[in-house]
Amino acid sequence: MRYLPNSDSDRAAMIEAIGKKSVDELFDQIPADLRLRDRLNLPGPLSEPELLEFFEQASRESARDYVSLLGAGAYAHYRPVVIDALILRGEFLTSYTPYQAEISQGNLQAMFEFQTLIAQLTGMDVANSSLYDGSTATNEAVLMAMRLTHRDRVVVARTVHPEYRQVIATYVQHQGVEVVETPYAPSGQIDLAALEAAVDDQTATVVVQSPNFFGALENWAAVAEAVHKCGALLVSVITEPLSLALVRPPIEADIICGEAQSFGVPVAFGGPYVGFLATRERFIRQMPGRLVGETKDSQGRRGYCLTLATREQHIRREKATSNICTSQSLMALNATIYMCLLGKSGIRALAEQNLAKACYAADELGKVPGAAIPFRAPHFNEFVVKAPGDCGELLAALREEKIIGGLPLERFYPELKDHILVCVTEMVSRRALDRTIEVWHRFSRPVTEKVADAAAVG
Amino acid sequence: MVDRIKNATPHMTRNEDLIFERSTPGKTGAELPPLDVPARPPERTLGDFYRSDIEGFPEISELDVMRHFTRLSTWNYSIDAGVYPLGSCTMKYNPRLNETVARFAGLGTDHPYTPEHLSQGCLKVLADTQRALLEITGMDAISLQPAAGAQGELTGLLLIRACLRERGDARRYILVPDSAHGTNPASVTISGYEALPLKSDSRGCVDLAELERLMTGEVAGLMLTNPNTLGIFEQDIERVCDIVHAKGGLVYMDGANMNALVGVARPGRFGVDVMHLNLHKTFSTPHGGGGPGSGPVAVKRLLEPYLPTPTVEEQPDGSVRLNYDRPRSVGRVRAFYGNFGMAVRALAYILAYGPAGLRQATEDAVLNANYVKERIRDCYDLPYDAPSMHECVFSDRRQETRGVRTGDIAKRLIDYGFHPYTTSFPLIVHGALMIEPTESAGKPELDALIDALRSIAQEAEEDPALVQKAPHTTRVSRLDEVGAARKPILRWKPASG
Repeated sequence: MRYLPNSDSDRAAMIEAIGKKSVDELFDQIPADLRLRDRLNLPGPLSEPELLEFFEQASRESARDYVSLLGAGAYAHYRPVVIDALILRGEFLTSYTPYQAEISQGNLQAMFEFQTLIAQLTGMDVANSSLYDGSTATNEAVLMAMRLTHRDRVVVARTVHPEYRQVIATYVQHQGVEVVETPYAPSGQIDLAALEAAVDDQTATVVVQSPNFFGALENWAAVAEAVHKCGALLVSVITEPLSLALVRPPIEADIICGEAQSFGVPVAFGGPYVGFLATRERFIRQMPGRLVGETKDSQGRRGYCLTLATREQHIRREKATSNICTSQSLMALNATIYMCLLGKSGIRALAEQNLAKACYAADELGKVPGAAIPFRAPHFNEFVVKAPGDCGELLAALREEKIIGGLPLERFYPELKDHILVCVTEMVSRRALDRTIEVWHRFSRPVTEKVADAAAVG
Repeated sequence: MVDRIKNATPHMTRNEDLIFERSTPGKTGAELPPLDVPARPPERTLGDFYRSDIEGFPEISELDVMRHFTRLSTWNYSIDAGVYPLGSCTMKYNPRLNETVARFAGLGTDHPYTPEHLSQGCLKVLADTQRALLEITGMDAISLQPAAGAQGELTGLLLIRACLRERGDARRYILVPDSAHGTNPASVTISGYEALPLKSDSRGCVDLAELERLMTGEVAGLMLTNPNTLGIFEQDIERVCDIVHAKGGLVYMDGANMNALVGVARPGRFGVDVMHLNLHKTFSTPHGGGGPGSGPVAVKRLLEPYLPTPTVEEQPDGSVRLNYDRPRSVGRVRAFYGNFGMAVRALAYILAYGPAGLRQATEDAVLNANYVKERIRDCYDLPYDAPSMHECVFSDRRQETRGVRTGDIAKRLIDYGFHPYTTSFPLIVHGALMIEPTESAGKPELDALIDALRSIAQEAEEDPALVQKAPHTTRVSRLDEVGAARKPILRWKPASG
């Protein structure tokens, strides 16, 4: 087998050296009736060309030829080739968690840079070196807020990503925690009056996302006031952090967490992604996840090491702040390289393109007879539009043109029948947008004619 | 002593500042195509929401970025560069082909909300991975959703909880052996249970009498790593499961050490009810400096109804669908379907080996560990002298008399050109040296590792300070970790600010 470095003669020499007759003897410690008698029933072995063909077949059965207007927590942005040139370097790809700092300074410094970039972007004091993904980072933020406040009531806006809310529910279900969801206002933003009514002096935290699941930007100052009045902590969730290049970060928040996949990490059918969590200096000892700190070596040279490990499971065991061990270092490195490549001006220019394209699409789709833009709050690269008729049929018509037209919201919000969440990044060309708009118009015509006919008959 | 070091020589390493210290106003490393829709001045469009600047964000050219991260990379040890004998971490070769196929159009680019009929390629990869892992483990059903091992543990415990609650009482405790990985008790706490420590016996295995005593109607189950963290197969596993089952509990098997069993024995046969796998250990997905991982959870039929939503299900017509209609499910533990890309790589690994190759890999992993153990046992104290599976655990007792601890020996190993073994774990071994060569070390490299460990044992006798102050050849010497924790500096700030 091509991946195995030992030859049969190597094996024979080793077996002899340890005084055994055969390698089977080494497995004598497993009771005979527990040992597998037959070979595993699996295909293979496959050579490299065969494997390429196997996965090429899977690739053919994908949406690779489609233009996609899907966002909803996973964003397709252009990935500069430099990212893979760097993250495929074996020194990054095939290294372990940097517990041995002297031979891991590369990873440690890159993680320190990630922490700094996230802190700069979010306007927070500190950030950790990554968590599994946005959904689990949000859950960790909730658990952290509960530890900090010693309260056990959690208020979550209904406009937080529905799957993030499901993850929170899974984690807190056995902790005696009450989770309350608050509605959205006609603007698509959180309903402030309902929020004020929902928060009480037992509330540990209020979780609000912006741009929220509908793409609407939240008014952080007003939200924070309502939350802090009762001594609760505000957790701000960001699933599209590119927005932070143009949109004021929620500096009023106590914890900002979310998903950094948007920074050049492949969409890859949902993962691996990279969660982040940033907060204020005074909360660092309750933060989950790995932290890299600057220090000096025995000769006074600057270096980096994992720090504040006494929060973590390998030291604290059942008393740890979190059970998480693995982070998402390679994806965090991917995001770090992406942010560095774009830099201060590039990331703004990219965000401006996203904003302009989404505005163009929203304006044009909003003009389609029978269509409507229900929520009027400002958005970034994502917005909701109501279809002129059955949205399943409209999306099917778009697929005929090789366009995946967005996410039907009814799946998560039964009251939003025929509403579609549309995301437009720089990856969607004007031509593709115009084709989309044309299909909407074509689809709307018979519908509006039908309505007109019905009116005439009536 | 230097003449004993054959595996490594000093090498030029470049100094490199933080990326922020390389920044110069006006530079960028990415250029965009012209905007093809009318521009929208963001100040006007966003109004009060507008942000004018990201303070401190770097400005660097593409070449600067390339050099910066290339230089940083040279400061890391890696599997590609050499043997990585980290016990319990299973640092095996990460085939590059797996990186190529994971980036294929569709597999690397399909959106998780793509309509199911357009994403059959991705869904079939998930289904094929599930089928292969079930064949390997002998379990009945599986979820690939957990993002890493610890999340797999938590998910498994939630499944136990859901099942027992339906029976009428979720109970209060989970038994966790004192040799267990720290994630085990931490996961127990998050799942709402309390960890009840279970002492190991003189062999380092589950003490059956102690288990009988502690296994009451208050105990929901047992978390057991098999082979355990000493690299010893728990021979009484069937009896262990019987004791737990007889009292109405369930058995969780931590599959972190599955690399010792693939193709040789199947946990499904042992009597365990639920287990997790670490795709980043046993199935070669790259650790990437500390993640991503992937921690699928496999269960017996009894626990299937509780698996996280959605499940990936093959249909009679060969298509694959996501099933969200699972009323008894514990819920969702991660957005979307888990770390899909890791499933792609794990499947590529399994297919590349095939059934005979997988068994060969296991045999090599076990042979390598036993070979290292036999060749150094005269130099280091072996507290549990039982047959080893894929790893062996020594103690620093002998070297300690000279003031040399396991951490020192580990650091000195760096000078010899190796990554250290796992230090100070499991906790039941005084000053543990936990060595897992994996199958990805050839005999010549193992011999060099053995020579290094023997040489260091001698150094500990002759010149303890040499070992205590190691490493001597790295770009930085031992770092002040106490100082780092006392006054944490967790981000760069401009000198003036």
